Amino acid sequence: MKQVSRILILLGIFFLAMAIVYWFWSKESGGSIMIFAGSLLCFMPGSYYGWWAKRMAPHPQDSKTGTSEEGAGVVATFPGTSIWPFTLGMAAFFVVLSLVFGIWLLIPGLGLAVWALLGGTAEGRRGGNH
Amino acid sequence: MTDVLNPAVHHGHDDAHDEHHGPTGILKWLTTTDHKVIGLSYTITAVLMLVIGGLFAEIIRFQLATPDGHLVSLAQYNELFTMHGSVMIYLFAGPFAFGGLPNIIVPIQIGAPDMAFPRLNALSYWLYLTGSITMLSGFFTSGGAANFGWVAYAPLSNAVNSPGAGADLWIGGLLLTGFSAIFTGVNLCATIFYLRAPGMTLFRMPVFTWNLLVTAILILLAFPVLTAGLIMLYCDRHFGTHIFSVQGGGVPVLWQNIFWFWGHPEVYILALPFFGIVTEVIPVFSRKPVFGYKGMIFATMTIAALSLGVWAHHMFTTGTVLLPFFSFMSLLIAVPTGIKIFNWIGTMWRGQIWFSTAMLMAIGFVVTFLIGGLTGIYLASPPLDFFTHDTYFVVAHFHSVVMALVLAGMAGLYYWGPKITGYILHEGLGKIQFWFLFIGTQVFTLPMYLLGLYGMPRRMAVYPHNPEWQHLNEIATLGAIMIGISTIVFVINVGYSWKKFPAGDNPWDGHTLEWFTTSPPPHHNFYRLPQIRSERPTWDYNHPEHKALEHGKHEESHA
Repeated sequence: MKQVSRILILLGIFFLAMAIVYWFWSKESGGSIMIFAGSLLCFMPGSYYGWWAKRMAPHPQDSKTGTSEEGAGVVATFPGTSIWPFTLGMAAFFVVLSLVFGIWLLIPGLGLAVWALLGGTAEGRRGGNH
Repeated sequence: MTDVLNPAVHHGHDDAHDEHHGPTGILKWLTTTDHKVIGLSYTITAVLMLVIGGLFAEIIRFQLATPDGHLVSLAQYNELFTMHGSVMIYLFAGPFAFGGLPNIIVPIQIGAPDMAFPRLNALSYWLYLTGSITMLSGFFTSGGAANFGWVAYAPLSNAVNSPGAGADLWIGGLLLTGFSAIFTGVNLCATIFYLRAPGMTLFRMPVFTWNLLVTAILILLAFPVLTAGLIMLYCDRHFGTHIFSVQGGGVPVLWQNIFWFWGHPEVYILALPFFGIVTEVIPVFSRKPVFGYKGMIFATMTIAALSLGVWAHHMFTTGTVLLPFFSFMSLLIAVPTGIKIFNWIGTMWRGQIWFSTAMLMAIGFVVTFLIGGLTGIYLASPPLDFFTHDTYFVVAHFHSVVMALVLAGMAGLYYWGPKITGYILHEGLGKIQFWFLFIGTQVFTLPMYLLGLYGMPRRMAVYPHNPEWQHLNEIATLGAIMIGISTIVFVINVGYSWKKFPAGDNPWDGHTLEWFTTSPPPHHNFYRLPQIRSERPTWDYNHPEHKALEHGKHEESHA
């Protein structure tokens, strides 16, 4: 975690330096803002990981001598099969088609999206199919 | 929802969690959240897109075989080169690079049961599929598909110059695939940060996984910019904004800045996963650990860091960009890329090379990529770029690069195919495919370099009766035919080898964790895991007498 944070912060510092050099050399606003935003996008998760790395016990995955026994127990929780990603995908499909073929396609699009969000959330709470 | 236990401790085939009784048939593909099934869907769809984009390319090459070809009309030609580029970059190379093989291989390489967000992963695939359908459906509208080139430069892409549904479908399809890429990027980052097996420290991850981590970070930096740009473009076309039009006080060249701020990192988003494939294949078939492991990772990160500062080298001739900055940054990228090439050669050096199809493809990649990379250095210097911009020299340069990536992708399919399906592809047919693909690529690209230097502009359907141009175009078309034949050989090979040659768990005597599990891997990937003490845990387990040592330490007997 500490390493991840360091890598992201280093990238952020590099982009920040690049944004400063680019801005003072070119005075071009679009590119400068985009590089600066890129550096923020590295600092945000980088500082988050850094903050937690100080407060959490190191993971066995970050230890050079980590053994399987240290990692014993539940790795994570994974869903079984689910129809909701497909439903949400179709919803996005209809929403995008409404940009081209007419606003009425938003009705099936948003309808499917709401259905998929409700269904997906309920599935997560119930535990889903497995 | 299932709690997945650490397989190293709770192993055994009788574990109820490892048995998976999901739906079968079409419902299995629609409802799956298993990264291997999703990755396979991605791979199959992407290869289908490669075939579709390849068909467009063949039509283009046949049109150009004679100076005034009559195969397609001028308008159809515009649609063809636009959709050829769009299909190949947005729908084949990208999704294949970060959604196909990585989706299957990355979790297994780090000893994880699945991707961190399996349902988001499934959503990524559906957005990619619907995006592809959306973009290609432009051909079935009355105005035809998008025809402003795959870069959609303003003001050509505005509502006056490119009316019709095809252009909007292109924007819509790209929005969908863009979100699909962003979700995959989030998923890869979270998976690699959190789901590594105990002992799999960051600097023990296989180089393929490393490259995918860096690719995922680049996706998160670059793709939102494209999405934002596309929304602005749509607003310009339909809601009367003037972001990219001079009439309303907008700046057309801003589109180029936004597009290439995504577009150049995108080049590395495409390339880094393929670099990773090659870095897995070459050590395994050279019977050596990878040469310069940390240097390889350093090079990957440097490429990613520099890639955010090079976008305007696509815009040297606009006259609005800071030439020295972008030229210097672009030239600088040659350094880490050079490190990679030296490391690949260093890995092969004095190894016991096994010239399997995968290895041949990987070597073919190194050669072809070197040609594409070196001509990229020419183009990074403004005086040369002014001379060759928008000529076939540029076309040849990036076709060398992307055809190298196709070679690397094929290396990946031959290398990991046995792990994914449980069956090896026929080596003889694979080698025939390699020679057609490798020689075809050079026959196809090298004449285009000359054409560019002789001044032939890109994106023209007919050209003056110049015998020099015509001969070179004929040779390029011959190369394209050879590449087409290689694809047919690949399809034949898949059909011929279908469930014929069982692979076993570790057919290549591999290094990394995916070769430790069964072929194909079980649901949630592992029944057991070895102790991870180096970047090649499977090799250490199978060859305890040749275990990896700490960096910088030598075995007693060699000292």
